[in-house]
Amino acid sequence: MDYFFELFFSGLSKGSIYALIALGYTMVYGIIELINFAHGEIYMIGAFTALIISGILTILGFNKISILILATIGAVIYSSAYGFTVEKIAYKPLRGSSRLSPLISAIGMSIFLQNYVLLAQTPNFVSFPELIPEIKWLEPYSSFLGSTDFVIIVTTAIVLVLLTILIKFTKIGKAMRATAQNQVMAALVGVNVDKIISVTFIIGSGLAAIGGVLIGSHVGQINFYIGFIAGIKAFTAAVLGGIGSIPGAVLGGLVLGWTESFGTGYISSDYEDVFAFCLLVLILIFRPAGILGESTQQKV
Amino acid sequence: MKKIFVLIGALFLVLSLLTPGSCGDVIKIGVAGSHSGDLASYGLPTVNAVKLVADNYNKKGGLLGKKVEILTGDDQCKPELATNVATKMVSDGVVAVIGHICSGATKAALPIYKEAKIPVISPSATNPALTQSGQYPNFFRTIASDDAQAKLDVEFILNVLKAKKVAIIHDKGDYGKGFATYAKKFIKKDGRAKVVLFEGVTPGGVDYSAVVQKIKRKKPDVVVFGGYHPEASKIVSTMRKKGLKIPFISDDGVKDITFIKVAGKYAEDVYASGPKDISKNPLHIKAVEEHKKVFGSDPGAFFDNAYSAALALFNAIEKAGSTDYDKVTKALRTYYVDTPVGKIKFDKKGDAEGVGFSVYQVQNGKFVEIKF
Repeated sequence: MDYFFELFFSGLSKGSIYALIALGYTMVYGIIELINFAHGEIYMIGAFTALIISGILTILGFNKISILILATIGAVIYSSAYGFTVEKIAYKPLRGSSRLSPLISAIGMSIFLQNYVLLAQTPNFVSFPELIPEIKWLEPYSSFLGSTDFVIIVTTAIVLVLLTILIKFTKIGKAMRATAQNQVMAALVGVNVDKIISVTFIIGSGLAAIGGVLIGSHVGQINFYIGFIAGIKAFTAAVLGGIGSIPGAVLGGLVLGWTESFGTGYISSDYEDVFAFCLLVLILIFRPAGILGESTQQKV
Repeated sequence: MKKIFVLIGALFLVLSLLTPGSCGDVIKIGVAGSHSGDLASYGLPTVNAVKLVADNYNKKGGLLGKKVEILTGDDQCKPELATNVATKMVSDGVVAVIGHICSGATKAALPIYKEAKIPVISPSATNPALTQSGQYPNFFRTIASDDAQAKLDVEFILNVLKAKKVAIIHDKGDYGKGFATYAKKFIKKDGRAKVVLFEGVTPGGVDYSAVVQKIKRKKPDVVVFGGYHPEASKIVSTMRKKGLKIPFISDDGVKDITFIKVAGKYAEDVYASGPKDISKNPLHIKAVEEHKKVFGSDPGAFFDNAYSAALALFNAIEKAGSTDYDKVTKALRTYYVDTPVGKIKFDKKGDAEGVGFSVYQVQNGKFVEIKF
């Protein structure tokens, strides 16, 4: 039974990692129905920013908690700026054109950002410091759950709650929902659609940066390519849960994490991805919109 | 040190003046491999190496009093071209061949040389079957075969770590899985230990804790990993964080300074096999110096192996006193010769004894060679 719980928790922390990135995917898709392939790259840039800031702060002699907080804030601001700019450069001019054009533009942006970091930083793996301090009371349970895993799970839960509140109960959330339903109608009733879309990208990119900091400290190494693989898995999680749905992204991430973890534990890790994608196929056959996705009618 | 080389060089020059080469009578040595195309960089350093060694001999008055002549053959690492090259070499009357470079091309060419009774020494063909199948008594190589690393690591696990239960993890790639499969084979053959887990992980994953939990459940005495350092450092740090302190042993893909940088304190005590350190071997230093002097650049891939192959071949011809096939192959298997890759002779199957890998351990942030 211990083994079951060990696998359960490793699936939970892995799933939370996927969920944290999937949230950004799903938010953008929910508003403008664009699969933002550059999202994984924003996550990677967040991790690099945090690495650089934490390096400087360590030399200056800051303590661990303040390094974690300052590095995260720095990464969030910097990545948000990237998300904002990417939207303005690559997606906004294509708004209103066919749905494929921004998709191609997103793939191009993703390739561009990867190679930009490759050239500007390094092609090698670099070590990422353990920014998250050890949590004392978790030590006896370290075989189930490390403190980094714990922080990732808690962060994902907090982000889920905050996003839900933001979208359901605030004015800007209302505007977001309006924009998602129909951009022209929303603009007619006085919603600044451009601003709402920018805000969505800024929030999504900020989340990616938080993910970059936490996952960087979990894995202990980063390079220019981490965004691609993480992005694919997070995208799968978002589709699994129902793309466009905030709780769906988290649920999708967790289901994916558990499938991989139990698949590895009880069958074989050789087929980890096979289990994950079989599950995706099965769910899409029976629920084409994903677990929590609403099958919306074609807009007229 | 440099002065000595200059002196030796001057001596050679004087000697070459004293004995005007006995022209007309030559010993032809073939150098075959990829000299053009994508893989030219694997083959050309071998040509340079053999040229340097042959020049040295020619300056001294040649081999058995005859001038050494080099014939090159370009196979572009393609088996179908390799057979053409081999046929041409045979008809041109070479007495021995240094090459070919790629395992596939070598395999295709070998039967032709075997028929014509020509010894072949490859500096770079690592496919284990080339020697181990016993099909090619005319084949020798100055590089360790692909399974040499796994063999060494398994010996280390059984004799030094004295493990009874072994977990083997690999990255599903050609290199990593190949290494892991050989390790499994050798452990099974020996019988002293059991393989309790043999699994592949997906490279680039964000988290390997599930597979680490699985390792923990099987309670092995040692974990063997086949693959490269990014996955190795993730797995070993997850193991240590989950309180699993058993030895971790891996391959040349992990014996990389980046592994220590990335895994940090978790890298300590990790074992990894890697090529023997030849950087302090005076013959290696001398060969590199010669190359720089003659060709004006640093030597490329397999240069040391090719230089050693040429030295071993010429030495064997000298010791045999003739270019007769039986005598030369016997001499190759009998006499030790000092080369840039160490003091070598060839075993029954044609692999060079004394060439290959060592086990290293990370101690205080450095790879330290372990003798056993």
